[in-house]
Amino acid sequence: MEIATWSPGEDVVVAVQRGPDPGGAGGIYRAFGETLRGLKTTMARVVEGTGRVIQYPEEKVAVYPRFRGRHKLHRFEDTGLEKCVGCSLCAAACPADCIRVVAAENTPENRVSAGERYAAVYEINLSRCIFCGYCEVACPFDAITMGHDYEMSDYNRSDLIFTKEMLLAEPLERTPLRAAGE
Amino acid sequence: MSQLAAVGYYEPWYVQIIKAVVLFAVALQIVPVVLLIERKLIGRFQGRYGPNRVGLFGLLQPLADVGKLLTKEQFRPSTSIGPLFALAPIISIVTAVAAFAIIPFGDTADIFGTQVGLYGLDVGIGILYPFAFGAIAFYGIMLGGWASGSKYSFLGAMRGAAQLISYEVALGLSLIGVVMMSESLSLVTIVEEQGRQGLWFIGPQFVGFIVFLVAGFAETNRAPFDLVEADAELVGGYLTEYGGARFASYFFAEYVNVLVISGIGVTMFLGGWLLPFGIDPPGWVDPIVVLAKMFGFVFFFIWIRATLPRLRYDQLMSFGWKVLLPLATVNALVTAILVVV
Repeated sequence: MEIATWSPGEDVVVAVQRGPDPGGAGGIYRAFGETLRGLKTTMARVVEGTGRVIQYPEEKVAVYPRFRGRHKLHRFEDTGLEKCVGCSLCAAACPADCIRVVAAENTPENRVSAGERYAAVYEINLSRCIFCGYCEVACPFDAITMGHDYEMSDYNRSDLIFTKEMLLAEPLERTPLRAAGE
Repeated sequence: MSQLAAVGYYEPWYVQIIKAVVLFAVALQIVPVVLLIERKLIGRFQGRYGPNRVGLFGLLQPLADVGKLLTKEQFRPSTSIGPLFALAPIISIVTAVAAFAIIPFGDTADIFGTQVGLYGLDVGIGILYPFAFGAIAFYGIMLGGWASGSKYSFLGAMRGAAQLISYEVALGLSLIGVVMMSESLSLVTIVEEQGRQGLWFIGPQFVGFIVFLVAGFAETNRAPFDLVEADAELVGGYLTEYGGARFASYFFAEYVNVLVISGIGVTMFLGGWLLPFGIDPPGWVDPIVVLAKMFGFVFFFIWIRATLPRLRYDQLMSFGWKVLLPLATVNALVTAILVVV
C-alpha cells in the first residue's frame, strides 16, 4: 500500500542554513554570526514600521459576520412582539448553565410575544457564558442570536447578569464589521 | 588643598560645587529621556509604538512614571534589615552619579571669564576612578539583595556579585590597550591623544572595543546579561522588595551606569568630543558631540536588548572567564608588543 505523503510544494520548502556546531572556535564564530542575524531581524522590524498595530480603544478589530459576541434578543419588526416564547430550550442547551428563563402566559390584555407564552424573566449571566452559540442553535424561533459586541468588562460580577430588557435593547454598534472579502 | 590623586586641571572650589550640581542635574535629566527612548525603541524593534498615550507622542511618560513612583508607599518587608535596606539604593545612586563625573564632555571652555573643564574632574588615575566606583556600586546591589530578607533578592544579589567581579576584570583589561597607546590614564588626555594621532582607538583596538562592549553589557546588568534582575526567574532580583522612590533610585542608577559605560566607550574608543574629517567646531559643540555619540551607544544597548535572550548563569560565567578574559589579555599583550616595538 502506498503511504500518502503531503508536501507543501517545492517552492515553499526553504533549506535552513546552519553555521558550525556549537563549541570551540567555530561556535564562537557561529554565535557572532547568529547575533548579527538577530540584530538584522530586529532592525527589519523597525524598517517595517508599525503598520499592523491597532490603537485599540480608538480603532477596533473588525469582526467577521459570524463572530459570536454578546447575545441579542429580537422582536418582530412589524408587530414589535418579542420572538422569545419562553420555551427554555436555550437554557437546556447551555453548557455553562448561564441562562435563566421564567415563562408566563400571554393574555389578551398583556400580549408580549407572538406565541402562547413569553419569557417573564430572561437573564444571561455573561460572567459564566462561554460564547459557544448553542443557545442560538437551540432556539426554534431565532429569538436569541449572538451579536458582535466583545467589550463587556465591568466592575461588578452582578453587573454582568444581563436582563431581558438589556438584551432586547438595540445594542450600541460599537464593533466594526469586516467587509466582504476583507 | 591635599589631593588623593594628581588632578589634571581644576577650577576654584565654588566652580567645582556648581559643576557638581550641574552634573547631577544633567544626569537626572538625561535618564528620563533615555528611559523614554528605550521604551519607544523597544516598541519599534517589536513592531509596535511604545508609550504614546501620556502627552504628545507619549513624551510625558517618564514624568508620569516618576510621579507614580514617588507617591507610592515606602514599603519594607518585616524580614528586612531597616538601615541597610534604606542605605543600599543610596549607595547605588551615589556611585553611579560619581562615576558619571569622570566623563569628559569637552576640553576647558571659557564660561563667564573662568576656564571651566567640561567634565566633573580630570584626575590622574582617570579610568581607574569609574572602576573604583563600580566596585563600590556592587555593594548597593549586594546589600540591597541581602537586606531585603527575601530569597529572590538574595539569589539576584549573589548572581550580581559573581557577574560584576568576573566581568570587571575583562572590562579593565580591554581598556589596557587604549591606555598603553595613549600613555595616559586621564580620559581628557586620552581624547587629546586620539586627536593628536589622528586615529580613534576603535580602529587599532577593535578587539578591545568588542570586549569592552560585551563586558559593559554585563557590568550594567543589561540584557542579555540581566541575570541580576531576571524578571522571569527571580521576579526582580535584588530589587524585588523595593518599591516607590527606592526602586526609582535603583532604576535611575542602572540607567546612569548605562550612560557611564557609553561615556567611557565614547571617550576611550570613539574619540570623545572629536569629529572626523578634520572638522574642528567651536568649544560649545563638544558636549553635543559627546552626547550624540553616547546616544549611539545607548541605541546599541537597546538594540541588543531587543534582540538577544537572557543567558543561562553558567553560560555567563564560562563566557566571561573562558572567552572574554583570554581575548582581553591577548589584546593587551599584542598591543604591548606593538607599542614597544
